[in-house]
Amino acid sequence: MNYDERIRRAAVLGAAGKMGSGILLLTAAEMTDISLKPENKNKVFNLFAIDISEEALKGLRKYLAIQLLKIAEKKTVSLRQLYRDRPELIENEDIIRQYVDDAMSIINFSTRLESAYDAHIVFEAAVEDVDLKVNIIRQIKDNSNEAPWFLTNTSSIPIAELDEKAELDGRIVGFHFYNPPAVQRILEFVAPEGCNQDLLEFSLKLAKNMKKVVVQPGDFAGFIGNGFLMRDTLYGIAEAEELAKEIGFPQAVYIINRISNEFLVRPMGVFQLMDYVGIDVCQKIMLVMADRLDKPQLHSPLIDKLISQGIKGGQYADGSQKPGILNYEKGKPVKVYDPEKDAYVSIDSLQDECDAFIGPLPESHKPWKSVIRLPEKDVLLANYFGELKTMNQNGAKIALNYLENAKNIGLQLVDSKIARNAEDVNTVMMTGFFHAYGIINDY
Amino acid sequence: MAAGYNTVSFGTGRKEFNPRKPRPGIEHYISEAGQGSLKMLGGAKNVDEGVVGNFMASRFVKQAHLGAFMPFVDEGLRHKPSHRVEGACASGGLALVAGLRSVLADSADVVLALGVEVQNSVKAIYGADILAGAGWFQERKDGHAYFFPGNFSDRAGAYFEKHGREKSRKAFAHWYKQAVENARLCSTAQEYHNTNPDLVSLALTPPNPKFFTEHLNVFDCSKVSDGASAIGILSEEGLKKAGIPRSEAVEVVGWNLSVDNITEKPKDLTKLETVATAAKKAMNMAGITIEDLATIELHDCFTIAAVMILEALGFADPGKGGDLIINGDTSRDGRIPVNTTGGLIGWGHPTGATGVHQAVTIWEQLTGKAGDSQISIPDNKQYALSINMGGDDKTVVAIVYKKT
Repeated sequence: MNYDERIRRAAVLGAAGKMGSGILLLTAAEMTDISLKPENKNKVFNLFAIDISEEALKGLRKYLAIQLLKIAEKKTVSLRQLYRDRPELIENEDIIRQYVDDAMSIINFSTRLESAYDAHIVFEAAVEDVDLKVNIIRQIKDNSNEAPWFLTNTSSIPIAELDEKAELDGRIVGFHFYNPPAVQRILEFVAPEGCNQDLLEFSLKLAKNMKKVVVQPGDFAGFIGNGFLMRDTLYGIAEAEELAKEIGFPQAVYIINRISNEFLVRPMGVFQLMDYVGIDVCQKIMLVMADRLDKPQLHSPLIDKLISQGIKGGQYADGSQKPGILNYEKGKPVKVYDPEKDAYVSIDSLQDECDAFIGPLPESHKPWKSVIRLPEKDVLLANYFGELKTMNQNGAKIALNYLENAKNIGLQLVDSKIARNAEDVNTVMMTGFFHAYGIINDY
Repeated sequence: MAAGYNTVSFGTGRKEFNPRKPRPGIEHYISEAGQGSLKMLGGAKNVDEGVVGNFMASRFVKQAHLGAFMPFVDEGLRHKPSHRVEGACASGGLALVAGLRSVLADSADVVLALGVEVQNSVKAIYGADILAGAGWFQERKDGHAYFFPGNFSDRAGAYFEKHGREKSRKAFAHWYKQAVENARLCSTAQEYHNTNPDLVSLALTPPNPKFFTEHLNVFDCSKVSDGASAIGILSEEGLKKAGIPRSEAVEVVGWNLSVDNITEKPKDLTKLETVATAAKKAMNMAGITIEDLATIELHDCFTIAAVMILEALGFADPGKGGDLIINGDTSRDGRIPVNTTGGLIGWGHPTGATGVHQAVTIWEQLTGKAGDSQISIPDNKQYALSINMGGDDKTVVAIVYKKT
C-alpha cells in the first residue's frame, strides 16, 4: 500500500480535544491535497473524527471550517494549480471555498470507536492514561481487517510499552505534536526498536508534508519535551518552596515566576507554563515518568495539593487561560493562589516587596519578545548573561542557578540517551518552547 | 488645477492601522477629501460639477453609485451634476479628464474631481480577485492567484531575460528605498512611519513563487490602501469665482487619454507602449520635451513598472532604466525627481484615488506647498508630468502641468 492509498482512510481518536482537533485539521488538509492529485480523483477519502463528546464534535466543525479557510487562503497559489481542471472555479474565493468544502466532505464525525475499524492509519490523541490508550487501540486492532498503523500523540508513555500491551507487533510510532498542533512546528517522532519500517517511512513523509521540524528522541518516558519541562518545573517548585519559608508562599511563586520569565528571557515563567500545560496534565505525566524511569523524585506534593483543591489550570475552549496557581486577566497573571488559605492573593499587593527582593534587571536586558526576532541574539544574550554574573542581587543569583540547572537537565537528557545530542535538545527548546536560546549553552 | 487635498493613505505601515479593529468607511474618505478641497475652493457654491473616480467600491465595500455622494460631502452640491468614472487604477486620472473636458467644453467653470478607494475591507488574497477586474476576465482562470503581481512578474521575467536579472533586482531595491525615503517626508504617506535602517537589503529578499510570484516580492508591490484625494479643476473664470490667485494654481497645458485592447496580451512584455504613446501626445500638446520637466509622478504599481515607464518616457534606452534609479537620478535632488512623496509603493495606492493624488502632489510641488517633501523647481524647468495607468498598460492618462 503506497502513501496515497494508506492515508486514504484515517481516523483521529480524541478528535475534539485540544491536540486531537489540531491533528485532525492537519490530517484533513494533507488528505485533501492528496485527494486532489489527478490520479486520485475517483478515489474515496475518509477521515473519521472520533470523540466521546457529541457537543465537542459540534464545536470541532466550527473550528475546522475557520482553520481550513485560513489554510486555503495561505496556499491559494498552489491550490489554483490543483484545481486548474475545474473551469467553473475562477476566482481565488471560488477555489478557497471549494477547498474547504472538499476537506470538510472527507471528514466523518462520530462518537463511536467502531468508526475507526475501517481506517488504515489511526492517530491516537486520547487523554494521557496508559490503560485507556491501550484499551482503545486494542479494541480497534482486534476488530479491524486493515491491520491499521497507530500514531500516538502521547507525550510521556514509552511507545514500546503501548506496542507490547496492545500487542501491535511494531505497528505503532510516537507522533507527538506540540500545542497547538496547527501552529507549533516541532514534532517528536519516536520509533521504538522493532518498529515496522514501512510505518516509519510513512510517518516521516507525513511529518514532512505537514511541514514539521522532526526530532527523534529515544523511547523513554517523557521524551525530550516533557523530560525537560517536568524536571524544570519541579526545580521551580522546589526553589519557590525554599524561598517561601523566608518570604511567604504567594510571594515566592511570584518571584520565581518572574525570574524564570524575565531574567531567563523565556516566553513565560515556570508557573504560568505549568498552568498553560494544565496542572493535572503535569501530574499525570510526572506519574508516568516516575514509574517508567524509576525516579520517584519526579513528583510534587504541591501539585497533588493543588489538584485536591480543584486548582488545575489548562485552557477554556476559546484558548484563554483558566485559573491555576496564577490567575489571569487578558492573559496576564494578576493573582497568586495560596493553598493554605485556599484563596487568591492579588499580585499588586505583594509586587513592590517582591521586586525589591529580586533587585534590578541587568541594563542590557531586552524582553523575550524583542530578543527572539533579532538576528544577532546570541551575542546579545552572551553579553546579557555576562552582566547578570556580575550582579549580587537575589534575582540575578536565582536566575543563574536556574540557568545552570536547565543546562544540567539538558545534559542529562543526552547522557541518558533520551536525546541523541545537544542539538536535538536545543531544537525542542527553541522550536517547541519558543526559547530564545538552547538550554545547553555556554552562557 | 488648484485646491488639492489628500487624506492619509491608510493600511499596513501606518502605526494606527490594526486589521482587527474597525476602520473608517468609504464615506469618511469621500467626505474628508471633498470637504478639504471645497474649503480651498470657497465652498460648494463655487462648484458647478463633481466627478468621482473609483475602481471597485462595488466589490470592496459593496457600494456603487458614488456620484451621488457629492451632496453628502456638502449639501450645496445637491441637484448639481456629478458622476462616477472607472478605468481600473486610472480611474482617478479619468476623473481629472472628465473635469478637464467639462471645463474645456464650457459646461463648468469649477469641477471638484475626487478619487477614492477602500481596499482593506478584504484580505489581500480576495483583494487580488477584485483588482483582477482590471484585466480581461476570460484570462483570470489561467492567471496567478495574485493576478496583477503575476502579470508584472511575467514582465519582470521577460525584462530579466533581455537585460539581466541582478542589476534589475538591484534597481528595484533602490526604487523601494527611494519610495520609502520620500514617504518619510510626507505625513499622509502609508510608509511615513517606516524606520527600517536597511531598505535595500529588505527589498532584495528573494521572491518566493510558492506563496507569491516568481520574480517579484512584496516590496516590489504598491500598497493596499484606503484613501481619497480631491482637487479643483477651474477655468480662468473659475479661479476668479473661487478667489484663487493664479500663483496658487497649476496650469494644465497638455493631456492625453489612451487605451489599448484589454483582450490582447502585450506585444513586447518589456515595454509599456500605451504609456509611451499617451506621454508623447500629452507632451506634444504642451509643446515640451522631457528636458523641461521638474518632476514626475509616475504609476509605480510595481517596481518593474517604474523602470519601464522611465524607459517609455525616453529618460533611458531599453534596459537602462534601472541605472537611472541606482545612480540617484530619480531621487529628490537628482536629475529628474520622481514620486516625491513616495508614489504608489511609498505613499500608497488607493487605486481609484491615485490619479488625483498624483495631481495633488504636483500641484503642491509647483506651488511651493509640499512642506517637508518640497523639491526645488528650477527656473528652466517649469513643467511636471503625471502618468496614471489602468490595468497592464491598457488605460493611460498623462497630464502635463505648468507652474504659473
